[in-house]
Amino acid sequence: MEIVIIGDGKVGLTLTAQLSKEGHNIVIIDRDPQVLRETVEQFDVLGVCGNGASLSVQREAGVGNADLLIAATSSDEVNMICCVSARKLGVRRTIARVRNPEYAEQLVFLKEELGLSMTINPEKAAAMEILNLLRFPAALKRDTFAKGRVEIIELKLKEDNPLCGKYLSELAKVAKAQVLICAVERDEQVYIPTGAFQLQEEDEIYVTGAARNLAALVNHLDIESRKIKNVMMIGGGRIAFYLAAALLQDGCAVKIIEIDPDRCEHLASILPHAHIINADGSQPNILLSEGLADADALISLTDIDEENMVLSMYANHLGVSKVITKINRVEYDEVFRNMGINSIVSPKNLVCNDIVRYVRAMQNTSEDAVIALHRIVNNRVEALEFLVSEDTDYLGIPLRDIQLKPDILIACINRSGVIIIPNGSSYLQKGDSVIVVTTADRMYSNLNSIFA
Amino acid sequence: MNYKMIANLIGRILVLEAAFLLPAAGISLYYQETKSCQAIVISAVVTALFGVALMFIKAKNKNFYAREGYISAALVWIVMSLFGALPFFLSAEIPSYIDCVFETISGFTTTGASILSNVETLSKGLLYWRSFTHWVGGMGVLVFVLALQPMSRGSGQDVHLLRAESPGPVVEKLTPKMHQSAKILYGIYIGMTLLQILLLLLGKMPVFDAVTTAFGTAGTGGFGVRVDSMASYSHYIQTVVTIFMALFGVNFIIYYYILLGKPSQIFRNEELRLYLFILLAATLLISFNTISFYHSFPEALHHSAFQVSSIMTTTGFATVDFNLWPQFSKCILLLLMIVGASAGSTGGGIKVARLLLLGKYARCERKRIVSPREISLVRMDGKVVDDDIMREVNLYMTSYFAVIAASFLLISLDNFDIETTISSVLACLNNIGPGLGLAGPMSCYEGFSNFSKLVLCINMLVGRLEIFPFLTLLAPSAWERK
Repeated sequence: MEIVIIGDGKVGLTLTAQLSKEGHNIVIIDRDPQVLRETVEQFDVLGVCGNGASLSVQREAGVGNADLLIAATSSDEVNMICCVSARKLGVRRTIARVRNPEYAEQLVFLKEELGLSMTINPEKAAAMEILNLLRFPAALKRDTFAKGRVEIIELKLKEDNPLCGKYLSELAKVAKAQVLICAVERDEQVYIPTGAFQLQEEDEIYVTGAARNLAALVNHLDIESRKIKNVMMIGGGRIAFYLAAALLQDGCAVKIIEIDPDRCEHLASILPHAHIINADGSQPNILLSEGLADADALISLTDIDEENMVLSMYANHLGVSKVITKINRVEYDEVFRNMGINSIVSPKNLVCNDIVRYVRAMQNTSEDAVIALHRIVNNRVEALEFLVSEDTDYLGIPLRDIQLKPDILIACINRSGVIIIPNGSSYLQKGDSVIVVTTADRMYSNLNSIFA
Repeated sequence: MNYKMIANLIGRILVLEAAFLLPAAGISLYYQETKSCQAIVISAVVTALFGVALMFIKAKNKNFYAREGYISAALVWIVMSLFGALPFFLSAEIPSYIDCVFETISGFTTTGASILSNVETLSKGLLYWRSFTHWVGGMGVLVFVLALQPMSRGSGQDVHLLRAESPGPVVEKLTPKMHQSAKILYGIYIGMTLLQILLLLLGKMPVFDAVTTAFGTAGTGGFGVRVDSMASYSHYIQTVVTIFMALFGVNFIIYYYILLGKPSQIFRNEELRLYLFILLAATLLISFNTISFYHSFPEALHHSAFQVSSIMTTTGFATVDFNLWPQFSKCILLLLMIVGASAGSTGGGIKVARLLLLGKYARCERKRIVSPREISLVRMDGKVVDDDIMREVNLYMTSYFAVIAASFLLISLDNFDIETTISSVLACLNNIGPGLGLAGPMSCYEGFSNFSKLVLCINMLVGRLEIFPFLTLLAPSAWERK
């Protein structure tokens, strides 16, 4: 597909990397020739220098023939003008980054009036992700499929976990719930396990199942699931605002520590029930005096990755039960994990996943194409959701008789809203949606390509 | 420096070259030239073996940056020429290996300078191979590889190769995808070559001559298959060649715009306008100057148009011995040699675009002398030109004249007259082929010493790859492992 991206910043660059890898023709527009040159030398894309909102620059970038325009400059207003101009030139779809919470109300009619196909808000997406992590405290990360009916959670096996030393074939007996382990990370290696795989202490496992079954599993495994009642956030940016608003609605106590007095005043005016503290959150004595040791969760949201890391390490040291870190540069993910920083949220990656999913949906008009994609285990494992059509091979044949390609697992079948965790006698039927887990080094664009 | 990746790339180019040799072998077979056919087949096998061996070197580290791009372009062209010379040497039709290499480099760099006093003694298979090197060298063999198969999926590293091989101050992709751009370029190139072959055949040119002439024109090379270059063909054929030489000297982006149906873009292109103006002005001036030679104005116009088009696009075909022309006309030709064709074409020389930029730059600087506080910017096609580009153009010009000065001194050791010495350097560095004096269109480079031939070989390669790849090759820091 022909895709034009305006704004070569964090989101623009991540999108360029991901979408050009998937084989799309990308034109990227930015004002800064230096940034643009670096991007063009790194990826096989075309760069156009200029103001992306101007018609002549858009024309030069070929917006008129493009299938999709993504406006991701730092200004919401510019992004909206970009989309309006692009529509005039005849682009098929537009996506704009609109992140100012003050526009949140009018977003619905803005979308309609401006003909936007989708708006993205990295900070809001990050806040929602953090909220999910807080609601499910044992899971390090959590994702949903099939319109929220199926979930995937990531658990770390501690030494007292009853699953340690068990073979996967015994899972149903031990777990006493309909769940499936679809990927295991051990010593930075990723395995798509079979029944003969033995779990060990310190493994990170990715479990899929219906939401209530997963909750049952967590209960049964007796993993601590204390409800979060008291959250502390360092840094009072947009993520903090969105998150605080949602937490307050849940009846949670929220404390935000922010260094800028003006921002504090603003936050206090729009979040009347939150405790807004004007102080330097990077100082341990302030954190202690504000009661970090007693907080159920610490969320570090400052603009500086390094500061967030140090804060999270400090909170781990104090024994705060839930620590979530916002990190923009996820490239160092492995290092962070080695330092015990496990729950990481990256706003740009979240919106990129959303957009990539949207692009795939646009691209695949055929029935059995991918409808959702999730990257797990630091992008090394993909969970793909496919729709089963009448063209799918092996309809109605029990799975035990079907040979799949190596490192592929059918993790779950959604049959008109009923979640089936497949075993050997399960079969595929037209209209099902299936979730397939694979290692990320190969792309499967349709369901039939997973069969050996 | 990523040696493994460069070695792998060279291997792929050699395998490709072996494949290119096969049609030449077929033609030898058709004309029942057993000896040259054997030589070509053996060369192809040897080249392929070396290529496959190099392709077994697999790089784990896929980093490929500007310096790797430049160095691999320089090395690819050297290695390719050394292997491309094998058929001439093995068939013993050109006895000295250095002459074979000279002829091959002259072919690949689309120079068209020959050491053969009588090309008609060469067998047909080798004549075909000689002309084919022009065709492949014109658009660039690395671009061909990029069109066939991108080096690195999704990453922008291929752009360094395109930049190192394509002529002109600014190298741009036509489309977001590298291999798509390369395909479009070769598509246009092949299409225009076929069209020319067709038109030549309509003029009753023999098939073999039509194909080789079209290869020579398309690459703006200039190897003919007859002793007198183009002189003995009909006026119709000469006119077709004149037009196509001029067409292949135009930036290929222009043709892409035509294909896209955006003709309005064409006349906004300042380089094209200047290019056409120079062609026209030089043709008219020479026609008036040589009218006494040809007795009628149309005849003078015909020959001057052919020669001007041939020299300016750096092709090097000739219909008359312009060595005999008056000094004024010869000086115009000498200046055209330096100017060269357009950026992004298959021609050589400094390129019209660079001269245009320099002229504009000079005007801005002059303004600054008169009113030091005035900010004036260099604009081209309505857009402000980046300082980096200007700096590169300046470096190019400095290096260009440094190369000329050094080569001029080295060639003068052969003790020819100044006209021969300077024009041979210019003709080789700018990839034209025939110069003036003893290097004129109806003579050849046979009389030069081996040392001079070597210097001229380097000149041809430096000119084709536009200096920077070879400058990089000479920089010790580029070879350090990091």
